[in-house]
Amino acid sequence: MHRRGVGAGAVAKKKLAEAKYKERGTVLAEDQLAQMSKQLDMFKTNLEEFASKHKQEIRKSPEFRVQFQDMCATIGVDPLASGKGFWSEMLGVGDFYYELGVQIVEVCLALKHRNGGLITLEELHQQVLKGRGKFAQEVSQDDLLRAIKKLKVLGNGFGIIPVGGTYLVQSVPAELNMDHTVVLQLAEYFSLSFQKKGYVTVNEIRSSLKWEMERAKQILEHLLKEGMAWLDTQAAGEPQYWLPALFTELYSQEITPEEANEAIP
Amino acid sequence: MDRFAWTSGLLELGETLVVQQRGVRLYDGEEKVKFDSGVLLLSTHRLLWRDQKNHECCIAIPLSQVVFIEEQAAGIGKSAKIVVHLHPASSNKEPGPFQSSKYSYIKLSFKEHGQIEFYRRFSEEITQRRWENMPTGQTFQVTKDPQAGRTRAIGIVGIERKLEEKRKETDKNISEAFEDLSKLMEKAKEMVELSKSIANKIKEKQGDITEDETIRFKSYLLSMGIANPVTRETHGSGTHYHMQLAKQLAGMLQTPLEERGGIMSLTEVYCLVNRARGLELLSPEDLVNACKMLESLKLPLRLRIFDSGVMVLELQSHNEEEMVASALETVSEKGSLTADEFAKLVGMSVLLAKERLLLAEKMGHLCRDDSVEGLRFYPNLFLTQS
Repeated sequence: MHRRGVGAGAVAKKKLAEAKYKERGTVLAEDQLAQMSKQLDMFKTNLEEFASKHKQEIRKSPEFRVQFQDMCATIGVDPLASGKGFWSEMLGVGDFYYELGVQIVEVCLALKHRNGGLITLEELHQQVLKGRGKFAQEVSQDDLLRAIKKLKVLGNGFGIIPVGGTYLVQSVPAELNMDHTVVLQLAEYFSLSFQKKGYVTVNEIRSSLKWEMERAKQILEHLLKEGMAWLDTQAAGEPQYWLPALFTELYSQEITPEEANEAIP
Repeated sequence: MDRFAWTSGLLELGETLVVQQRGVRLYDGEEKVKFDSGVLLLSTHRLLWRDQKNHECCIAIPLSQVVFIEEQAAGIGKSAKIVVHLHPASSNKEPGPFQSSKYSYIKLSFKEHGQIEFYRRFSEEITQRRWENMPTGQTFQVTKDPQAGRTRAIGIVGIERKLEEKRKETDKNISEAFEDLSKLMEKAKEMVELSKSIANKIKEKQGDITEDETIRFKSYLLSMGIANPVTRETHGSGTHYHMQLAKQLAGMLQTPLEERGGIMSLTEVYCLVNRARGLELLSPEDLVNACKMLESLKLPLRLRIFDSGVMVLELQSHNEEEMVASALETVSEKGSLTADEFAKLVGMSVLLAKERLLLAEKMGHLCRDDSVEGLRFYPNLFLTQS
């Protein structure tokens, strides 16, 4: 009587089974690809139907856009990855965000010489809205943040720095580490709590953050070099490092024609 | 408008700014008032308005005075507005610009947009009522007493009911859209799962899926916006779409590149191309993926990535290292130059000017002087005068 599972015969049988399994595996993948193709067509139809009913909702409502984006992110889909994607083509979300990207770049370029490439999300929002004109679609700060996240892949140094409940947008490839970020956050806190402020001093940094003189000076000097801070040595008391990005008085200033020229890359 | 009080505009301890918007005009009920151009600020405790021309002129109203708010859409020549319905003014209110008013509501007119964001935050604040948990230094009237609610002006109750109905209707529209969206997302999720399964099989089998099938798979992923789980160097992340795009770009960018000295940053290219297209714009990723294929397709442009991470497109005929030699001449003539100065002299963007100077420094031709006055480049005398 044959004992199962041992002997050359059994080994050969096992090898044959493995080979068959492998073969089936390849077929399975091809099957799945065909299945995906069919499902893709069906999905496209479903999306078209959705678009015909709700495309306006997405266009008009920043809140709905947020929900839409969050749901996509949850399932692992990026509706803004490509202009050729279904989402972009059928819902028109792509054009909305890609054009916003262009507008953001232009505003940042125009204002770079004033603020060294650092701007609050608020000011960016104001300027972008102005540029879009009275009759354009509403744009929310969330929309701006998503457009900026996409712009990053172009290797231009775009970055988003959280400061006290809002954000600073960086638009130049300058190295800002944790220390720089903390100082910016401190300055933002001062500017909110004491209105009209927009500067920090070395001693304020030392007492608020408990840093040594050298560290505080080094961080402020780096911001100076990058053009993100201006130095006022003639202030009463100690020298003041002003951050144009936080200097709200500048908000009221329009983009001049010279600056607009700079804006067209 | 008689609920407003004059204020210094300074935030109290414990009070935080939530959102602000310029270009707002105030209405007392239906009538315009002289407060026609100001910054509207919302804090956790108050609604403030400061005159843009005269910063000393600042008025505020506690959020506890707000009964409810509603949106009024823009019209032709009319800005969008938020209507704020208010409780009657308290007897111990601080002095303000108006002693009395025949209206129990005011309007905020957003001449420079921003109403949607503001409305959203405003709604949140009056729902969360954070001012009740964070009492501030000043004495505000806090309407916590439910009995006080009973003595509201009669008209308000009727208005509230109408608003509730309208809210339910809007909610229904939004929830229908949301429901449809959820169903759609379920189907999309299935696609994601399927693509993961296929990707795993590809990984395990390595040679068994044909190249054609891999390309097909990648185009499916592109359509759905699913990240490519299998990056195989031999194919890159490109698809037929990106190949076509690369060829298009080569055609359309030849002249602009020549006009700009043979080199452009990818951000410049993105803006240029999308401005020209007007519709069916490219995503940043589309552009990058197409540019990555330029070299393998033997097109006359190439993608280059500097050490700093800055990405540029160059004409094949462009030689940045040769440009460095002429940059050195320019810097030597002037003694020293910053990136800004060099950019102005040569007529290029500051971003690319800086990269060229950095490259020259890397090649040993220039030295840097990094001070608070900025980054300045000098000819490297150590090399030439040793």
